[in-house]
Amino acid sequence: MLVSYQWLADYIDLSDVTPEEVAEYLTRGGVEVDRLHRYHNGIEGVVVGEVLETSPHPEAEKLTVCQVDVGENTNQIICGANNVTKGQKVVVALPGTILPGEKNITETTIRGETSAGMICALDELGFSERMLAKSEQDKIVELPNDTVPGSDALEILGLNDVIMELDLTPNRPDCLNMLGVAYELSALLDRPIHLPENEHGVIRKNAADHITVEVTNGEDVPYYGAKVIDEVTVAPSPLWLQTRLMAAGIRPINNIVDITNYVLLEYGQPLHAFDYDRFGSDQIVTRRAKQNETIRTLDGQERTLFEQDVLITNGEEPVAMAGVMGGAFSEVQSNTRTVLLETAQFDALRVRQTSKEHGLRSEASQRFEKGLDFERIPEAAERAATLMEQITGGVVLKGTVESGELPAFEQEVYLNLGRLNVRLGTELGVYEVETILIRLGLEVTDIGEEWRVRIPSRRMDITIEEDLIEEVARLYGYDHIPTTLPTGARSAGALTDEQKRRRKIRRYLESTGMQEAITYSLTSAQKADEFLINDHDQGIRVLMPMSEEREVLRRSLIPHLLDATLHNLNRQLANVALFEVGTVFFPTADENKQPEERLHIGGTLSGQWYHYAWNGEEVPVDFYVVKGIVEGMLQQAGKEQKAKFRARKRDGMHPGRTADVIMDGEVVGFLGQLHPAIQEERGLAPTFVFELNAATVFTVNNEELRYQPLPRFPSIRRDMAVVADANIAAAEIESVISEAAGKWLEDIHLFDVYEGENIEEGKKSLAYSLLFLNRERTLKDEEIANIHEDIVAALKTRLGATLRH
Amino acid sequence: MIERLQELEAEGLAAVRASENKKSLEQVRVQFLGKKGAITEVLRGMGQLSKEERPTVGQKANEVRESIQTAIAEKTRVFEEEELEQRLEKEEIDVTLPGRPVQQGSTHPLTAVVEEIEDIFIGLGFSITEGPEVELDYFNFEMINLPPNHPARDMQDSFYISEDTLLRTQTSPVQARTLQKHQGKGPVRIICPGKVYRRDEDDATHSHQFMQIEGLYVDQNVRMSDLKGIFDTFVKQYFGEDREIRLRPSFFPFTEPSAEIDVTCGICAGEGCRICKFSGWIEVLGSGMVHPRVLELNGFDPEVYSGFAFGMGVERFAMLKYGIDDIRHFYTNDTRFLSQFQHL
Repeated sequence: MLVSYQWLADYIDLSDVTPEEVAEYLTRGGVEVDRLHRYHNGIEGVVVGEVLETSPHPEAEKLTVCQVDVGENTNQIICGANNVTKGQKVVVALPGTILPGEKNITETTIRGETSAGMICALDELGFSERMLAKSEQDKIVELPNDTVPGSDALEILGLNDVIMELDLTPNRPDCLNMLGVAYELSALLDRPIHLPENEHGVIRKNAADHITVEVTNGEDVPYYGAKVIDEVTVAPSPLWLQTRLMAAGIRPINNIVDITNYVLLEYGQPLHAFDYDRFGSDQIVTRRAKQNETIRTLDGQERTLFEQDVLITNGEEPVAMAGVMGGAFSEVQSNTRTVLLETAQFDALRVRQTSKEHGLRSEASQRFEKGLDFERIPEAAERAATLMEQITGGVVLKGTVESGELPAFEQEVYLNLGRLNVRLGTELGVYEVETILIRLGLEVTDIGEEWRVRIPSRRMDITIEEDLIEEVARLYGYDHIPTTLPTGARSAGALTDEQKRRRKIRRYLESTGMQEAITYSLTSAQKADEFLINDHDQGIRVLMPMSEEREVLRRSLIPHLLDATLHNLNRQLANVALFEVGTVFFPTADENKQPEERLHIGGTLSGQWYHYAWNGEEVPVDFYVVKGIVEGMLQQAGKEQKAKFRARKRDGMHPGRTADVIMDGEVVGFLGQLHPAIQEERGLAPTFVFELNAATVFTVNNEELRYQPLPRFPSIRRDMAVVADANIAAAEIESVISEAAGKWLEDIHLFDVYEGENIEEGKKSLAYSLLFLNRERTLKDEEIANIHEDIVAALKTRLGATLRH
Repeated sequence: MIERLQELEAEGLAAVRASENKKSLEQVRVQFLGKKGAITEVLRGMGQLSKEERPTVGQKANEVRESIQTAIAEKTRVFEEEELEQRLEKEEIDVTLPGRPVQQGSTHPLTAVVEEIEDIFIGLGFSITEGPEVELDYFNFEMINLPPNHPARDMQDSFYISEDTLLRTQTSPVQARTLQKHQGKGPVRIICPGKVYRRDEDDATHSHQFMQIEGLYVDQNVRMSDLKGIFDTFVKQYFGEDREIRLRPSFFPFTEPSAEIDVTCGICAGEGCRICKFSGWIEVLGSGMVHPRVLELNGFDPEVYSGFAFGMGVERFAMLKYGIDDIRHFYTNDTRFLSQFQHL
């Protein structure tokens, strides 16, 4: 909503309140002024001029040489407009003026004739050309005859105005019109409001003799009123009316249409004017549209209607889409003599649906959607009739032809002083509260400790006590509410175990050098099928996706992490190590049930894992870097014993460098290198990925951590190098050693893997370091020697492996 | 013989002083103290001495030996120190070369903001509660006083996945769920962080996916002044002790009275600048007293209980706190962007 400061001043005395102050009052009161516009800011030296003489320019047939009285002087000004005539009052920009668009006005010579100033058109004064009425295009402004040469033309045109742009919350449709804003400001400033006086004459002819109204769909049209104004002269509106409409963002058309728009802005009541003689009948009938019925609307478009659209018809043909847009053939035109004026209430939902489905949102439809002030529905028509009488020379026929009844809006809300003070934490007294309610224009009845408050129809948003508490609070000032802390029982807040674990995993991954990423949950159909830990049928589609890139909920974190990796690669950032902890989504059997949401931990790594520039030390990312990270994570979660790694061929992954992570026989994640073909296809360097189902990593062991006493007896270390077939997995060899070693084996670790010289072809050598410990006593050398023999025997029989000599 | 020994001492000490390195010092030692050295030589002649003279000469010989030994030891130490010095000089390195890097990752700024805010509210006695990202319409809208066809549903066009389920447009459904779980018994003090989704075209200030933190405090006799108190505390902890808050009336379907909370601009300290549109204030969150209908819908008696609720945009907080100008940075994951949050 665009609100003119000068227009507001018609209703409230603002002589000592600046536009900035008004904006501040409104904003602090809850009607936010988003910004102030001064469309004509900085224009100075624009005055009224009277054209005393005109003569054709001797050297240019399209130009006119004018002698213009600009107050103290008479200036010769060359004018290019074709409507300049002797005796006219015009707008003159004197030399020295800077007009919008950095246009400097100077005294010049045009084809041998001096020109001291410029006679202006509206668009030269800061209005955009598309806002101008047709009648004002390519024409100089013609001012009223009673204006005085030399006086400030901007003031006369109302162009020194400040426009406030309101950012209204949905509960305040009452401020979608000038009177509503005036009521609000009157309450905030505690100043009286002066409402327009609508008194027009009536002639003896009855409107009811000229038109009938029949509503066939009462639910859609609770009230319909029609007035008839005869003998109008359609012409451009007076300038003050045009500039006020333009300031509010509405383009002037002609005086009749402009008046309906003016009243719309002033009262918030949409009106429609039909040409009575072109209406096609003397009856107004409202109904729903028929299938495939069409209407040609004001904008010249032929529209096919839907059956739920509400229509105004002349008994046969539609003349308007109710509350949304009028039809073409009954439109007011330059030769219209008699106007049929509609003031009605249409069902908000119907208007919303029609305007949405036809893509027609207008000032009128918006207001119907948000609900009207019933009391103003007939009043607005009287206001328009009054203005038509004053501006178009029309005569108003007696009466309004009506159908339906205006709902009697009798809302009463009770307000209890004690509850108000408890809710706000204030100590307001009876007088303070009552004064505020009265300032708001509410009717208040004191019934001891409580008030019965009658709510006017313009404030239908006030329905419960809390609404009144808010009204009192905002007028009292939120700033004046004290600052306290809750007095209830205190309790300690804390993270849940899972939240703690999640933070720990994040910190761990960061400590490895990885960077946390956050990517979108919505992805393309293709990406939603990639890199799944386990097979699933399909992802979950949104019903109306915004784009193909965002139509399915992700089932893996890897695809978007790869996108991010590529983004960096394309910017010469080759070393990328990203991880994400985020939700992935899987459908459940019933599509109206919520899907299963799982928290996953995913990562992608590419380029150098370690890079020490000046001595050339480099460690490129490889499978074992990623595995180390995953193992560390499992260790953090206390799951390193449970998790097993097993080679696996997966779509999109390198067939020889990919492993599943298995816990309790279930695949809970995987890691490995992208398939080289995929790398190449997507423009990636060798890239390694991992993804784990966090639920398995996060499950909390309820066992409490117990300290293990440090050993009191020495441990014994023995190394052994095992030669085995190259295709035997290291994990298998290790498990055979561990089993054979028995209970005193405290630790085993692999410290060398070797294939090549001195090792038989097709074999490999793995060197292990074993640590033995007995917590009760010192182990004897021969005990260790026996164990050693057991291990050798087990390796031989189970794996055909031998010791390396 | 005493004289001879005195001579030897003087010669020996002179030789020690004159020796230039460990090798020549060793020659001195052999020459004077060795098995065939000069002092041993003298001692061999002791047999010729009288019984009375022997102890005196013996003692003198020992004194001389010790004197020379001490001198040699001192000289040896000097040589060793010199040697060490020379060696260390050779070991000198350029200390201005870069050190061996220790890998450091980074926390995503949105995570950092969420965790910091969580920690402040934990300190104020709140718990962290989370809920599903795909929600039932029932919890996302109906239970927070947004019945079907409510005009406020227009404010947030949503991603539906079926008639009844959608990507949540706010984290408020977690509040409804938590209230229902409490079965009408307070207090409820929760913070609900999480991702939310709205049908907005992505640009510098809009994102179809973003993060919110909402909070709820329901107990007996909770006042609007308590809301001010909690946020005064929060804002001072999060933005700084010198920051002030102000409340402006606003509207949310789930609160009444409702308020926007502004914080004094950190760039201009309230003087007015471009960042705060010359108002001196920056809008940081929406809040209000829980609408009695919301309490009722979720099983709380509004005659007994009252409370306040609030919601803030995590991206907005991060943008304000770190001066980030484009919301898309959070989801592009450019490492140059992420690395800037390493020290958080």
